[in-house]
Amino acid sequence: MQARIAFEDGFILTGRSLGAVGTTTGEVVFNTSMTGYQEVLTDPSYAGQIVSMTYPLIGNYGVAAEDAESRKLFLSGFVVREASKIVSNWRTGSLTLHEYLEKNNIVAIEGVDTRALTRHIRDAGAMNAVITTESRYSDQELVALAADSQHLEGLDLVKEVIYSEPQQWCDEGKYHVVVYDCGVKYNILRQLAQVGCKVTVMPATATAAEILAVKPDGVMLSNGPGDPAAVSYAIETTKGLIGKVPLFGICLGHQMLGLALGGTTYKLKFGHHGGNHPVKDLATDRVMITVQNHGFCVDPDSLGGDVNVEITHLNLNDQTCEGINHKHIPAFSVQFHPEAAPGPHDAQYMFKRFCEMMENN
Amino acid sequence: MPRRTDIKKILIIGSGPIVIGQACEFDYSGAQACKVLKSEGFEIVLINSNPATIMTDPELADKTYIEPITPEIVAKIIEKERPDSLLPTLGGQTGLNTAVALAESGVLDKFNVRMLGANLETIRKAEERDLFKEAMAKIGLEVPKSGFAHTWTEAEALIDLVGFPAIIRPSYTMGGSGGNVAYNLEEYKQCVQWGLAQSPNSQILVEESALGWKEYELEVMRDRNDNVCIVCPIENFDPMGIHTGDSITVAPAQTLTDREYQIMRDAAIAIIRIIGVETGGCNIQFAVNPENGRLVVIEMNPRVSRSSALASKATGFPIAKIASLLAVGYTLDEIQNDITKETPACFEPTIDYCVVKFPRFTFEKFPGTKAELTVQMKSVGEAMSIGRTFKEALHKAVRSLEIDRYSLDNKYIDADLSETQLRTKLMGRGWDKLWYVAEALRRNISIDEIYSLTKIDPWFLSNVKEMIDLETELKQVGSLKNISAELMRQTKEFGFSDKYLATIFGLDETDFRAKRRELAGSCVYKMVDTCGAEFAAATPYLYSTYEVECEANPTDKRKIMILGGGPNRIGQGIEFDYCCVHASFALRELGIESIMVNCNPETVSTDYDTSDKLYFEPLTFEDVMSIVEKENPDGVIVQFGGQTPLKLAVPLENAGVKIIGTSPDSIDRAEDRKRFKQLIDKLNLKQPPSDTARSYEETLVIADQLDYPLLIRPSFVLGGRAMEIVYDESSLKACVENAIAASPDHPILIDKFLGDAVELDVDAICDGEMAVIGGIMEHIEQAGVHSGDSACSLPPVSIGQKLIDEISRQAKMLALELQVRGLINIQFAIKDDEIYILEVNPRASRTIPFVSKSIGYPLAKLAAKIMTGKTLPQLGFTQQVQRDYYTVKEAVFPFLKFPGTDTLLGPEMLSTGEVMGISDDFGMAFAKSQMAAGNTLPTAGTVFISVNDDDKQKAVVSARKLHEMGFKILATKGTCIELIRNNIPSEFVLKITEGRPNIVDRIINMEIDLIINTTIGKQSIVDSFSIRRTALDKGIPYVTTIRGAEAVCQAIQSLNSKTIEVCPIQHFYQ
Repeated sequence: MQARIAFEDGFILTGRSLGAVGTTTGEVVFNTSMTGYQEVLTDPSYAGQIVSMTYPLIGNYGVAAEDAESRKLFLSGFVVREASKIVSNWRTGSLTLHEYLEKNNIVAIEGVDTRALTRHIRDAGAMNAVITTESRYSDQELVALAADSQHLEGLDLVKEVIYSEPQQWCDEGKYHVVVYDCGVKYNILRQLAQVGCKVTVMPATATAAEILAVKPDGVMLSNGPGDPAAVSYAIETTKGLIGKVPLFGICLGHQMLGLALGGTTYKLKFGHHGGNHPVKDLATDRVMITVQNHGFCVDPDSLGGDVNVEITHLNLNDQTCEGINHKHIPAFSVQFHPEAAPGPHDAQYMFKRFCEMMENN
Repeated sequence: MPRRTDIKKILIIGSGPIVIGQACEFDYSGAQACKVLKSEGFEIVLINSNPATIMTDPELADKTYIEPITPEIVAKIIEKERPDSLLPTLGGQTGLNTAVALAESGVLDKFNVRMLGANLETIRKAEERDLFKEAMAKIGLEVPKSGFAHTWTEAEALIDLVGFPAIIRPSYTMGGSGGNVAYNLEEYKQCVQWGLAQSPNSQILVEESALGWKEYELEVMRDRNDNVCIVCPIENFDPMGIHTGDSITVAPAQTLTDREYQIMRDAAIAIIRIIGVETGGCNIQFAVNPENGRLVVIEMNPRVSRSSALASKATGFPIAKIASLLAVGYTLDEIQNDITKETPACFEPTIDYCVVKFPRFTFEKFPGTKAELTVQMKSVGEAMSIGRTFKEALHKAVRSLEIDRYSLDNKYIDADLSETQLRTKLMGRGWDKLWYVAEALRRNISIDEIYSLTKIDPWFLSNVKEMIDLETELKQVGSLKNISAELMRQTKEFGFSDKYLATIFGLDETDFRAKRRELAGSCVYKMVDTCGAEFAAATPYLYSTYEVECEANPTDKRKIMILGGGPNRIGQGIEFDYCCVHASFALRELGIESIMVNCNPETVSTDYDTSDKLYFEPLTFEDVMSIVEKENPDGVIVQFGGQTPLKLAVPLENAGVKIIGTSPDSIDRAEDRKRFKQLIDKLNLKQPPSDTARSYEETLVIADQLDYPLLIRPSFVLGGRAMEIVYDESSLKACVENAIAASPDHPILIDKFLGDAVELDVDAICDGEMAVIGGIMEHIEQAGVHSGDSACSLPPVSIGQKLIDEISRQAKMLALELQVRGLINIQFAIKDDEIYILEVNPRASRTIPFVSKSIGYPLAKLAAKIMTGKTLPQLGFTQQVQRDYYTVKEAVFPFLKFPGTDTLLGPEMLSTGEVMGISDDFGMAFAKSQMAAGNTLPTAGTVFISVNDDDKQKAVVSARKLHEMGFKILATKGTCIELIRNNIPSEFVLKITEGRPNIVDRIINMEIDLIINTTIGKQSIVDSFSIRRTALDKGIPYVTTIRGAEAVCQAIQSLNSKTIEVCPIQHFYQ
């Protein structure tokens, strides 16, 4: 079945239907990871977005239950050059990418020039698009539909992806960590458990008082979808936690910490989504290959006035801020994903650093 | 961290001649290293014995030593040059082993030379299996169960631990030389003995086999700040058990989940750290059990490798260049990514296409060896292709190979192959298994079954099935009229070639092409940019695909396209790439945009730095025409890349493409037998009597007219394929049949063979008005040995000035008559002071790099400038360059990799590479060439002589010299009698057919130091076969021609009377 992807600026590519039939809208981002499409598909941070994979051959190794990063697929749509017809891996079953997307009701498209798509976004910036398998729409109608669709700026998507009730991920551990869930990836929870933490997940709707009431040794501010400026309640909660308990923020959690410390965020032209970004740890001068997935970014200048906050990590591709640290109170955060999944494990030591911080507190 | 200040002068060791397992990828890496380090202001001293390399161009290093790469010679260079550092990781296994030897013998310490990149301890940890195993255990990684043996008793004990099948690898060899699989005790014993003989330190590794497992390779970089990045994961199409150099490989890895890939990545990083590669690149091989994901480490190369060249070309990340910068102290974050120009090199390339590497084999040249793939590498070259899908890339790789296959069609396999035979083929180890897989799919054998027979991952099989299903659909539709635009589009997206599609629809390729373009359009070009288009790329490195957007972005500048040589093979290798690269340099100097087209990932020509634009594409009419249409170049150079582009000259010209340089018509005048004869007659020159025939009967008639011996060969073949000298009627028939089989559509060429003639090669350059001799080379071996296999001397050693002048005159006359614009190569023979013309090739020849290095002028570059319209006077090259020293070229052969093959030289070319010896004395230059080729000549000891009757008189002269130099002589009956009759003491030794102990026993007992053995006729060749083979296996220098023996005597005389001096070519040119 033919499918189309139409952008709000009129750029249209034609391909074939993949996954569910229908029509979907979202902001298009491209991800440059060559492996890990299942982790990408199940990452709640992609809520509201259509993800286009730059690597053309997707679905080769199928899907494995233990590789899921959340309980469902939250993204709006998926774009690939070629979806594998079969699955080949000793760990996965026989479910193909097409079947997986169909089962999870994700409208997707294959057979499009994803490199042209990437170059378009790179040059014109992130924008909304529509994927449809429905022939009843004219191209113009699709472009209009894309333009009229909801844009990410100012949009709170966190509430759509979080668990409504607290969850116990891991019952035992040296440190009790509350994960302040804005759309957390399982691998953050797995990594915390791995370094010896008892892990309680509390929803983003929880207040600082509710969190402190469980007497955690530390709070992890999780990743999540959308515009950090739109989740004022979460920033309030973060403010309420600063100084009371050691904090470690990842991605959206990093942006929330930045905002809570009085900084501002801005939207990047097309964001960072992939597993090959070099980030320099300014304390050691060493570079790690990191996993990134963000469209917004903390403005380091907005924190520059605060002598208490230091920039700890820098993205070497575009010199954007990748990490901050409070000099006096135990709170630090990183823009990249130290939990990886998918991507390199170079930054996993950050979880140990969090433990050290809880230990020293 | 900025670069180190304690480094001033760096010695770089190259990899020497092209051999199987060590090809021009090390010229690519070494040239990158020289260029970047020189531009950083370091003083570079280079040693490489291979003149056909870009790295030995005099501009690339401050001091270039074209000398034998032996520890002794390198020690002399160190003593003379006093470098403070040595970069051992860029010259392949040769460079690494030489560096190890220098470190172990104390030379490096004595002269205060540091090793950069990897030190002795690191190299040992990576190369010595027990140390490696220990290191892996420390970081919790598994290696296959294994142990070392130095004797058969040790090996026998090991097999209980390892079990069958077992892999036997000798230590310290390259390209898996001597590596074998044994399935039973008998095979095991043979493999152990052979392996022990192969290893320089008589050590073998006996290893648990992971046959049938999935095989992966990771290319890893590390800087001195301990930053590590992976350049590219590569997955093998063929399972474990076939050497990775002989496997079809795919980048990136296709069938690993992220979880598994990251485990492998973590392992790779842990390995580079524990082994201690301080800076630079390394290559790590893994095997994964497809049943349960068990990961074992197979090996690690602490150096730049063939795979790193592939990974560099596959990603656009220049591993060798960056490794060099890291070695002198830069860190990855301080180095810019050349392609994006805005991001650092400290990242992991992400690619948005699929890369397939396909090895190229030449089993047909080694009929004594089974055409089977094992853990010992046998391929002589490779092609790489890029597509947006695996299917497209695979199809492109197949047609890049130039083996006259353009698809997975079953016309390439036996029409009456039964299903049982097919299954046997699938279980076997043929190089062409892909076509049997395709046939199995065509016959509806299930993917599961094919998998269980081949262990090729089902994902790959499924992709091949899609290709076959589409082929079936096209065949069913049958007529082009009934093909929808959409189906045609999909067909092209799957990479099907026009040439094959045309046959399906019964059209000729040009007609099909026109219709296809109407229906489905043309290809577009995408960039290789290291980053999946995340950042804008500044370097135009392109490949074709069938998609929407084209990024080729042609300019309006004056531009010239250079067609490269494709995959290396015997007869066409690095020499032609050298010429193409020089053409590109010439264009750059003239301010003309250079566009390179090639598909060989090992080469300098496919470095994105070499030309203004690089199209990494197959060299077929379809692929080249598509680029021409996109770029509209002002001219195309076809004369530098060997036969590959030359074959395209006429079709391209017919399609309206402007071929610059010598006209295709002139080329035809030289190649076409009839027209060539007219040319020779017109100029009043001589050629050996000859004729053509199409059958055995016709040949027989001609044979009677011309009389034996005759030179029989097929026409339109390369490297003397199926060429033979026939001495009598009894062997004529088989020879004619061979020739017909090698080139069935073309006539057989029959020449009167000039026995005992001296052969000369002349390279000249001509602008149409003036011709200048580049160099005249005298072959060391007599006529009848392929010019590519013969050693040669520049200038000639035994030809008088009068004859030389006449040869020059004839060569210039031919060049002018053919209106050559560029290069011309002519082969002459001299017999009884008569000059005969054997062959005229109005194009770049194999000897151009050797001649250029010998005279110190870049002939290929000058020729390229002539092609653009310059004249010789404008270029200031109007006179032959005369030098007062000798250079000797010697060929290097792959016989060791092909057990069962005779080592006799003949008219069919068998060498893979060449070396050069240089000295003001011919004997010394020849001695150096032998040393560089791995046949270090003895200066004393025992020589064995056995020659045919024709050679006996001459053998006496050589034997006398050897006797006078103190050699003891052993000889077989006839030769012995002849020597004693001439008062040369010699001891009689039995031939192999005469009883025991015979000559082979004496060789095995290491009682012989030099062998001179010439033969004529089938029986004596068969009788003496094991002499040559044993000599080869035992590493004893041997000569199979009488003229070769004379040169050897001169060389030994020089070695005995002089010390070996080393001198950089820059001094020779002054």
